[in-house]
Amino acid sequence: MFQVRIHGRGGQGVVTAAELIAQAAFDEGRHAQAFPSFGSERTGAPVVAFARISDEEIRVREPIMAPDAIIVQDETLLGAIDVFNGLTPSGYVLINSTKTLADFGLKQADAPMDRFITVPATQLALEHLGRPVPNAVLLGAFAALTKVVSIDSVNKAITQRFSSKLAAGNCAAASAAYEFVQSKLKESTHA
Amino acid sequence: MSTAPVKFYQVGSFAVGNRLLPPDQNSIQSDSERTNALTSGHRACQGCGEALGARYALDAAMRASNGKMIAVNATGCLEVFSTPYPESSWRIAWLHSLFGNAPAVATGVAAALKAKGRTDIRVVSQGGDGATVDIGFGVLSGMFERNDDVLYICYDNEAYMNTGVQRSGATPPAARTSTTQAVGPEPGNVFGQGKNLPRIAMAHEIPYVATATVADLRDLEAKVTRAMEFRGARYLHVLVPCPLGWGSASCDTVRIARLATQSGLFPVFEAERGEVVSSTPIRQRVGVEEYLKLQARYGHLFSPKRRDDIIDHLQANADRNIARYNLINADTKNADLPEKGVL
Amino acid sequence: MLRQVEGSKAVADAVACCRPEVICAYPISPQTHIVEGLSRLVKAGDLKNCEFVNVESEFAAMSVAIGASATGARTYTATASQGLLFMVEAVFNASGLGLPIVMTVANRAIGGPINIWNDHSDSMSQRDSGWIQLYAETNQEAADLHVQAFRIAEELSLPVMVCMDGFILTHASEQVDIPEQEQVDAFLPPYSPRQVLNPDEPVSIGAMVGPEAFMEVRYMAHAKTLLALEKIPQVAKDFEKVFHRDSGGLVRPYHCEDAETVVIALGSVLGTIKDVVDELREKGTSIGVLGIITFRPFPFEAVRNALKNAKRVVVVEKAFSIGIGGIVSENVKGSISEQKTPIYTVIAGLGGRPITKTSLHALFHQAFNDSLEPLTFLDLDQDLVEREIIREGSK
Repeated sequence: MFQVRIHGRGGQGVVTAAELIAQAAFDEGRHAQAFPSFGSERTGAPVVAFARISDEEIRVREPIMAPDAIIVQDETLLGAIDVFNGLTPSGYVLINSTKTLADFGLKQADAPMDRFITVPATQLALEHLGRPVPNAVLLGAFAALTKVVSIDSVNKAITQRFSSKLAAGNCAAASAAYEFVQSKLKESTHA
Repeated sequence: MSTAPVKFYQVGSFAVGNRLLPPDQNSIQSDSERTNALTSGHRACQGCGEALGARYALDAAMRASNGKMIAVNATGCLEVFSTPYPESSWRIAWLHSLFGNAPAVATGVAAALKAKGRTDIRVVSQGGDGATVDIGFGVLSGMFERNDDVLYICYDNEAYMNTGVQRSGATPPAARTSTTQAVGPEPGNVFGQGKNLPRIAMAHEIPYVATATVADLRDLEAKVTRAMEFRGARYLHVLVPCPLGWGSASCDTVRIARLATQSGLFPVFEAERGEVVSSTPIRQRVGVEEYLKLQARYGHLFSPKRRDDIIDHLQANADRNIARYNLINADTKNADLPEKGVL
Repeated sequence: MLRQVEGSKAVADAVACCRPEVICAYPISPQTHIVEGLSRLVKAGDLKNCEFVNVESEFAAMSVAIGASATGARTYTATASQGLLFMVEAVFNASGLGLPIVMTVANRAIGGPINIWNDHSDSMSQRDSGWIQLYAETNQEAADLHVQAFRIAEELSLPVMVCMDGFILTHASEQVDIPEQEQVDAFLPPYSPRQVLNPDEPVSIGAMVGPEAFMEVRYMAHAKTLLALEKIPQVAKDFEKVFHRDSGGLVRPYHCEDAETVVIALGSVLGTIKDVVDELREKGTSIGVLGIITFRPFPFEAVRNALKNAKRVVVVEKAFSIGIGGIVSENVKGSISEQKTPIYTVIAGLGGRPITKTSLHALFHQAFNDSLEPLTFLDLDQDLVEREIIREGSK
């Protein structure tokens, strides 16, 4: 089972992101579970959503305490809450930011470049979608980083979820994020 | 041989009732084929205004709907005295659910009929003043707001009668009830601003609102019939004296209802979409005292000593109604009341 | 059709397939997505011959349902927590009048203090209301139980409450085989009421029943409810024939036949417990779990059968009877009163506190050692409550 935890703020589509991961996994013939951390609806408040992917039926319902991947949609959360809590030893971290990992005070040893990545998702969203909504964009990066779902499945899930105009923009941005991470990963292996 | 028509002066007057009226002016109650929606054998008190009003109203509704009607009843006297299981006085399709939900239940009946394409079947919901003005107020307002196709009839005897004459939101000022007793410096119910359901119904801008009493059978029948011409939410408020709760003689029910209208305390009018479209002028005006003195619930206004302050206050309320609804016209006798005590 | 979908949406689609004629509901978290989904289907014309009534309170919702059902319409509503309590008078009225209304209860804690998260206090508070109560383990079962519920309700002329854990199921997206319209039509015939408001054949419904007849009338309600113990498995079997999956029924035993320790629970927590049970069984522990799907009427015989070889029982429940202890465990005790099997009551997950595999492992180990108290509260901050009790005492 692969477990993902997504951090963001209310209104940033954190729950949608989790559901899109689940949809993508489902389209690849796998079992997936996505659920929010059930806070009261409040724009701007820190929210968490979860996704589980497995080849078998998923029966467990507890919140994800030991995620294999963490996505941070809003970098301001890094100072506010312990977003990395419980991350598995070989877990992935994806942060929406134009900064580098070093800027966050993350040392190479704790944050190996093949598993910890920052992606300027908001910028990509603005560029391809015209809106600063990074949730679907980050999923393209997620696909490249974890390879748990393919970029094609991510784009298909986006298309099913959004209206054609929004879908097109989101897919373009997600694909761009995918390419971005792919090239970053290549760099890290060549480094 | 020429014929000269002879004028029968009594025709069309109340003196001969229905016999010599043109058939289309006969009351529904006079029709031997009437539904008799609330048939005899029920357990109402002698002289119960509500039993009378309900039968008048529902027979009229059944006539207007060609016998295709479902009635929903709130908990209260009417429901209790009419359905002692396993017997029922109702000769119509009838449902009783709870005290505070008759309007909502009727909404459900109407919704079901609409879903089934049977809007030819009409829905009437009814309850006492307590069920309407207090505990069922929220759901009544919801029914009005959605304009559900229901005629709601409130039989107002101005207190929670079935449970022992407790005060309701419809209890008039100064009236004695078991929870506003005739003791202390301000005996009886307080002088609040009242809770005028007809006006609240009008404020919801529903298609039709009207008031009526059991004193005027044809007026009540006409209002039910008129209400049934509309679709959407409609409200009818009927004054029904209660001999037990009002402390009046059981033979005085109709008389007291008439005095309520003739004093101006109970205005009789119709409204459509929030505007008054007609009112029934007072035929022969009386002072409120004529009305009050027949009811022991106002006995404390006369004995041990007269409370002219309260009687005057009630008279002022009556005067206000008369002005508000234009209840005096050129034909009104005694339009200017004589001196007090001279009647 | 197999879809990845939010639980609420699955339920809305399943209910829509049942061809309801009147839907009347008032919004309350966490039921909102179900009702929003249905309102959209009606508004768009996808769900035909259905009136969607936007009511002004939950009391109005159940009242509208009563009127609609008595008029012969297949009627549905949904609520949770405070909303369920607000309509309680009408809830009892509906069962007393024998109206086959189906209602989703998106299980949520009852306040005060206010808490919008999942536990079973709401539906448990209505266990004596005369409604049939079914608890879904997964969103698949939630969707399926609604389809079965209409048949159970209409064949018995009793209302049915389908309970699904608020947020945990309602807001979770997972794989659900959404019933197809043809399948549901094959399984669920049009509603044929036992008695109905019809001007052509007028009846009085809701008479006043005095002391001379009330006991018999209420006994008949009891007898009718007990018929559900036969009806529910039968309907579940018929469901399997049409839909080719096991959903519903009275109980669902998992490795109970030879288990020394049997855990009992209702609803979504069963999934988590099954994972723990499998992990323990892999290590050679003799443990199984019994899911109770039908809580009312309580399936005494089915529970007794499942527990016949158990040496100990651990009841994990998401509500409790304050001042006394467990609710489910009391009913379980009734099943095995002749046996001397120890029953451990564990109150867990109140107000949405997560029930974790780690905690369950620890709990079951205590059970194996028989070192559990008869009544415990899982993951309770013992230090904190002890301090508070002392502080209360010293006031």
